[in-house]
Amino acid sequence: MSDLLLPWLEASILLLLIGALCVCRVRDPHHARNLCLAFTGLVLFCTAGAWFDFEHLHAVEADDAWHLLTRLVGREIFVIDQLSAPLLPLVALLYFLTTLTTQGTKVHRFSFVLTLLSESILLATFSCKEPWLVIALLATGTIPPYLELRSRGQPTRVYALYMLVFVGLMVTGWTEYEIEGDGRIHSLWCVVPMLGAVLIRSGIAPFHSWLPDLFERASLGTALLFAAPLTGAYAAVRLVLPIAPDWVLQSMGLISLFTAVYAAGMALVQRDARPFICFLFLSHSAMVMVGLEMVTPIGLTGALCVWVSIMLSLAGFGLTLRALEARRGRLNLTEFQGLYEHAPALAVCFLLTGLASVGFPGTAGFVGAELLVDGAVETYPYVGVAVVIAAALNGIAVVQAYFKLFTGTRHQSTVSLRLGQHERFAVLTLVAFIVIGGLLPNNGVASRYRAAHELLQHREGLSSQTTTTHENADHETDESVRYWMDEGETGDDMHDRKKADNIETDQNKTEASREP
Amino acid sequence: MHQELIFRVLGLIVVGAPAALFLVLGLSSLLRDRPLSERVIVACVQAAIITGLLASIGIFSMMLGLGVRHVPIVFERWVDIPHYHFAFKFEFDRLSVPFVILTFVLCGTISAFCRRYMHREPGFNRFFALYSLFLLGMVTTSLAGTIETLFTGWELVGMSSALLVAFYHERLSPVQNGLRVWCVYRLSDAALLLASVLLHHLTGEGDFDKLVAVGHWPEGAALLTGWQCLSVGLLLLFAAMGKSAMVPFSGWLPRAMEGPTPSSAIFYGALSVHLGGFLLLRVCPLLDQSLTLRVIIVAVGVATAVFGTFAARVQTDIKCALSFASLTQVGIIVAEIGFGLRYIALIHILGHACLRTLQFLRAPTILHDYRILENAIGARLPTRTSFVERQFSDTASLWIYRLALQRGYLDSCLTDYFAKPVLRFFQSCDALEQRWTTFLSGSGVSAAQRADATPTKRETMR
Repeated sequence: MSDLLLPWLEASILLLLIGALCVCRVRDPHHARNLCLAFTGLVLFCTAGAWFDFEHLHAVEADDAWHLLTRLVGREIFVIDQLSAPLLPLVALLYFLTTLTTQGTKVHRFSFVLTLLSESILLATFSCKEPWLVIALLATGTIPPYLELRSRGQPTRVYALYMLVFVGLMVTGWTEYEIEGDGRIHSLWCVVPMLGAVLIRSGIAPFHSWLPDLFERASLGTALLFAAPLTGAYAAVRLVLPIAPDWVLQSMGLISLFTAVYAAGMALVQRDARPFICFLFLSHSAMVMVGLEMVTPIGLTGALCVWVSIMLSLAGFGLTLRALEARRGRLNLTEFQGLYEHAPALAVCFLLTGLASVGFPGTAGFVGAELLVDGAVETYPYVGVAVVIAAALNGIAVVQAYFKLFTGTRHQSTVSLRLGQHERFAVLTLVAFIVIGGLLPNNGVASRYRAAHELLQHREGLSSQTTTTHENADHETDESVRYWMDEGETGDDMHDRKKADNIETDQNKTEASREP
Repeated sequence: MHQELIFRVLGLIVVGAPAALFLVLGLSSLLRDRPLSERVIVACVQAAIITGLLASIGIFSMMLGLGVRHVPIVFERWVDIPHYHFAFKFEFDRLSVPFVILTFVLCGTISAFCRRYMHREPGFNRFFALYSLFLLGMVTTSLAGTIETLFTGWELVGMSSALLVAFYHERLSPVQNGLRVWCVYRLSDAALLLASVLLHHLTGEGDFDKLVAVGHWPEGAALLTGWQCLSVGLLLLFAAMGKSAMVPFSGWLPRAMEGPTPSSAIFYGALSVHLGGFLLLRVCPLLDQSLTLRVIIVAVGVATAVFGTFAARVQTDIKCALSFASLTQVGIIVAEIGFGLRYIALIHILGHACLRTLQFLRAPTILHDYRILENAIGARLPTRTSFVERQFSDTASLWIYRLALQRGYLDSCLTDYFAKPVLRFFQSCDALEQRWTTFLSGSGVSAAQRADATPTKRETMR
């Protein structure tokens, strides 16, 4: 495995833990915010460094330099690979911008310690491939929102119940997997609990009720940070995708398709902005799950592209809503608010980020949405249309919300509602990423294709397949290897990779031939 | 090589001018607290339109002079991964060049008109930002060489159209109508997206050139089978029906008149309303392969024309009357396309767009015009009953009048039998979910109900 130039990943997580320690000793919330901002900024720098470093290596995966943690625990814990490389700086950016846009009036209610802790847990989760550790981190990641709900005096029963079931199912499923061992088709006792856990965490209907509840009761910032990175999708990729048979994944894909349409429809009839954005998240999360469960290169690439784009766009959308909430309190969608004249830039950003989330042309989600639709129609010829319907409904819901919030009447206010400098910077940064990603998508899509290819290779390596499938895989591997070569990989690297692929394929073939 | 370079540069200017205009106007409203002055905005708009127009005329002249019928400009590696290829391609041919020149000419005319019409309007900057988005969308759609490129332009036109209908957004009615327009557009966009995916599956890519065996527009025969042509063609027809307000989607057309008159002129009189016809013209080799498809297209066109002419006669508002008159012509154009009269349809589009723009722009002064006419003839303008109208009994006339006044109840049918049941279903699901969450939380009141009860800051201040 290649090594990064510096221990970026370990430094990021350590910085956040140190930050949490420092912030918890500070009493003044404004000072705490500034400190949190400094630490999240540093972490953003580290994760961006890790990404650039990794891209420069042209490696399949890379470990931190100096192997500090490896020496301590005796095994590699944090690695960066094609899947996680762009997700890490994106997560860091999300936390940084959320902290940056926390208004002075809200700093008393927003816990910066928990924010830093949850960021460290999330970054650790996204840097980790070790199944039990991923499960442990996913379970730990559910605690900060729970603590916030408690500290706000809100009922926690719904959230706690769902999260307990989620953790329980994960542990049950993976224990069964360990009992069954590697190298054979796994029983439903192993696969179904894992799938159930992923469906709960991703908010796939009918296991989604905890997420609207969380959006209603927690602070909007916390809810956004918990939902936007699509941790459920990460759990699916790391824990379920490698072990579940195709037919199970495709059945679950159908449930996700239903959820995508259902949540989009629900977003249309919401009377409050918070459940509205929650259902938008659910619909998009379901679309990503549809792509992940297709197990085809195009579908998977589309899902990974949409994953990145909605992290950016829905986070921007959420931040604009948060900025509006900070000015107007809870936003009612049954009445027209007419805020455009007071906050035109906010209105434009709201519309732009909202449209980007539904894959509007010229934005980062466009190509991903096209790939996803293409893959969905290929995999599910008749019901794949549902992805298009969901995108159409989401588009209507976004524009409807825009009209409700920003138009329809003349809002009277003696107080300026314009964007502050911090908010403007945050939203414009996200808008810039969205537009640049939309105009020059090739590098991003190519990177996601490589990640999808790696995931499929990994899945093929773990699960036993028939010889025919492997022959097809060989053909695809050849084509993709040519693609890696085109993208600038050195001849030696390619040779090594091909050799490794051949060894892996041979091993699989041997395993397959041993099966009755 | 030299010639190719000139074509490429000119082609890029044609597309780049509106893109640069949108970038300037869009960024200025995002980044600056104070919008650009009216003079600067108008100068930018005129510069972009004149540049684009001159470049497109340049390409047209070179094509005529060199006898070239087809100039593609391709961005091959826009998205290029194994198993998937997504090229941005612009195509200059006998269909796209007249359409793009028409777009620049009419947009230039309208912008000159708007300079005075929108003077000191609070949303002057917003109007021109959306207008430049529309121009970009129109140019992209006109020149699209692949269905994905066309989809991009199609969406831009739809978005700008809906936002311009809601331009006077401090009033409720334009906003509601803008949303209605957007809903219909999204449905038609979904059909276009599906057609794009289907075409990708059938031909491996969405290039219009790959659809035909030999020759360039309007010649050539599609490489797909009859059934394939029928399925892709029906999706494209659905998309065209939504965009051009054909039956049964005609209900949004009078609603779209809430926008400023210049935008109504350019959208629903001249350009946007013809995009459906343009799309069908672009894929005409597909239509030739399926007789069923052609029959359906003719039927839709005739139905739209009949509906348009009936509805236009009873409108009490000049803009609505003109929009339905436009619809009648659009129906006829679509029927012409169904009959395979491609050049006639193209000429019909060009002529009709120019005439209707003129009529729309004169619409605000119609009373003044009538007075001049009546003064000139020294009497009231004569009202004549047509031959067809005289054939109906009084009861039938009354019935038809009511039907026409209600625009064939098309709008209410879509609302009552499609939109409302869907919304009711999701509302009942929402209520069920709230009950489930309340039950689980054991608090008696769900978070959503509490949020409903929570007063907003304004209410608290009151």
